[in-house]
Amino acid sequence: MTLDHADELVVPEGQPAPAAGRRTFWRRFAQDRFAVVGAVVVVGYVVVALLAPLITRVLGVDPYTYDLDALDPTGAPAGWGGGISAEHWFGVEPLTGRDLFAIVLMGSRTSLVVGLGATVVSMLIGTLLGLLAGYLGGWVDWVVSRGVDIMLGLPALIFMIAIGAVAPESFPRLLLLVLVIGFFSWSSVARVVRGQALGLRSRGFVRASQALGAGHAHVLFRQVLPNLAATVVVFATISIPGAIGAEAALSFLGVGVPPPTPSWGRSIGDAVTWFSSDPMYLLFPGIALFGITLAFNAFGDGLRDALDPRSGGRR
Amino acid sequence: MNALRFAGTRLASMVFVLLAVSLLTYAIFVLLPADPAQLACGRPCTPERLETARAFMGLDQNFLVQWWNFITGIFTGRTYGSAGAQIDCPAPCLGYSFVLRQPVTDLILGRLPVTFSIAIGAAVLWLLAGVAAGVVAAVRRGTAVDRAIMVTAITGVSAPSYLVGLLGILLFGFTLDMVPVNGYVPLTTSPVDWAWHLVLPWCVLAFLSAAIYARLTRAQMLDALGSEYVRTARAKGITERRVVTRHALRNVMVPVVTLFGLDLGVLLGGTVITEKVFSMAGLGALLLDAVGNTDVPLLVGVTFFSAALIVVANLLVDVVYGVMDPRVRA
Repeated sequence: MTLDHADELVVPEGQPAPAAGRRTFWRRFAQDRFAVVGAVVVVGYVVVALLAPLITRVLGVDPYTYDLDALDPTGAPAGWGGGISAEHWFGVEPLTGRDLFAIVLMGSRTSLVVGLGATVVSMLIGTLLGLLAGYLGGWVDWVVSRGVDIMLGLPALIFMIAIGAVAPESFPRLLLLVLVIGFFSWSSVARVVRGQALGLRSRGFVRASQALGAGHAHVLFRQVLPNLAATVVVFATISIPGAIGAEAALSFLGVGVPPPTPSWGRSIGDAVTWFSSDPMYLLFPGIALFGITLAFNAFGDGLRDALDPRSGGRR
Repeated sequence: MNALRFAGTRLASMVFVLLAVSLLTYAIFVLLPADPAQLACGRPCTPERLETARAFMGLDQNFLVQWWNFITGIFTGRTYGSAGAQIDCPAPCLGYSFVLRQPVTDLILGRLPVTFSIAIGAAVLWLLAGVAAGVVAAVRRGTAVDRAIMVTAITGVSAPSYLVGLLGILLFGFTLDMVPVNGYVPLTTSPVDWAWHLVLPWCVLAFLSAAIYARLTRAQMLDALGSEYVRTARAKGITERRVVTRHALRNVMVPVVTLFGLDLGVLLGGTVITEKVFSMAGLGALLLDAVGNTDVPLLVGVTFFSAALIVVANLLVDVVYGVMDPRVRA
């Protein structure tokens, strides 16, 4: 599966940022109940992630401590629902007895750090290259456009797996994931930004700025970029669930976040061998992952529709 | 003539992208510090033995020379080592796995039927289901049907494929005992068993991808239904069904086909996650094995092969474009 389907967002190429004012934008967004719920859930996840160390300390649990007493002799969690108890709210991990609630809670940090970090990387690369290509045109445009062609020709997931396999052990894994996922998802934002920068290039205020003797850097970052900010922000929101999904998928396949750092994807991967006897081990991290992706998608869709109602959302 | 030039430009750009992709593949894996010779050399590894191993594998040469050997090997085949201890890798040679002691091409060909069976079956399903759902949602815009389809779609877009796959196995395989949950039966052995083992992976993959296609189709269809040529078609007095299926759908299919080509290309290059979830030994499983063994030549070969599939799929999309929309050829 491709890494991000942000392409389907269909921000019309070559069209400058929509004229809708900020107030219209937020009014449209507020009318979209699904999107507002998505936004609230996203904020909830972020708050939980920020407070996770505090919550686990207050509850006296952590994702690293083994609790072999919570297991039966076969290594499966003892008791109902994967060992759910007053002490272990989500039960425990099979074989180790580590607290699943703490694992899922701290896993949100991994997910968000990689998801947001990778999105920042891809937005930086994509916006910069797209701006340069659209504004300067000529050979720069040619090079960037071929670069986009090449990126689209790369099987992203396969590349990410392979890079994970050959990267040196000493390289910090989370940083590697952020860089790799970010690097493989800049092409779609570059294409959109290029199209919009191309449209803005011939607009009056850009021409005027150039006529007044402004340098390329000033025109690009002070005149053109602010007009693209809304598009880039919306695009970033839509890209985050893809990046979160990529981290989880890589961890599921065993080439992402290494143990013992909690990761929903890896927990789901570990749960595969247990899920006929202990489905709860699959369900808790699974629901957490699905929830954050769904919330981000609903939020991002709402932002996109508010920015460009023509793009055909749910209304 | 025009069509010929169109095909020519597309072919040239395809070759360019393929060369660039292979160079990138090579650069990443050769520049990274995992040394296949070091791994093959074993322990204790004397410097002399390491040198011999590197020379045998062709790793002692300049990186660009290695890349060029890889490219020419595809057309003319390669020979590793020298007389006495010589390994032949006949064309099209995508490298030689010193871990598995087999040419990469043979390894890939052995796995292709599995991956292709999964990918093509799922693709047919999701294209039909996704486009149909998208059209229905657009035509019934704003109704409960539309909302139900769109909520299902955003669920499908958000759900990780392995999670849906595992839940599918749990429900249809273990609890209801309806379908087999793993393994692959070759089509030539028993077409019925083949399809029966693939039903669940097909449905899981199709459900997730159909969601994307439903959203895209709906957005495009709404656009098309509001356009002037559709109004003209309606004014002619033809039935709404015909307006939708003949006039609007034709335009809707252009971006859908683009995405389909890309997705199918990606999927043919390795249904990694699906193969892992359903324990099928396809290209994706081969790649994961290569990862497990740090089998760099195999990694490079499989990655290049997957990239080539995507590029070829893109070319086919362009050709289909030309057929669907004659303006492209101009």
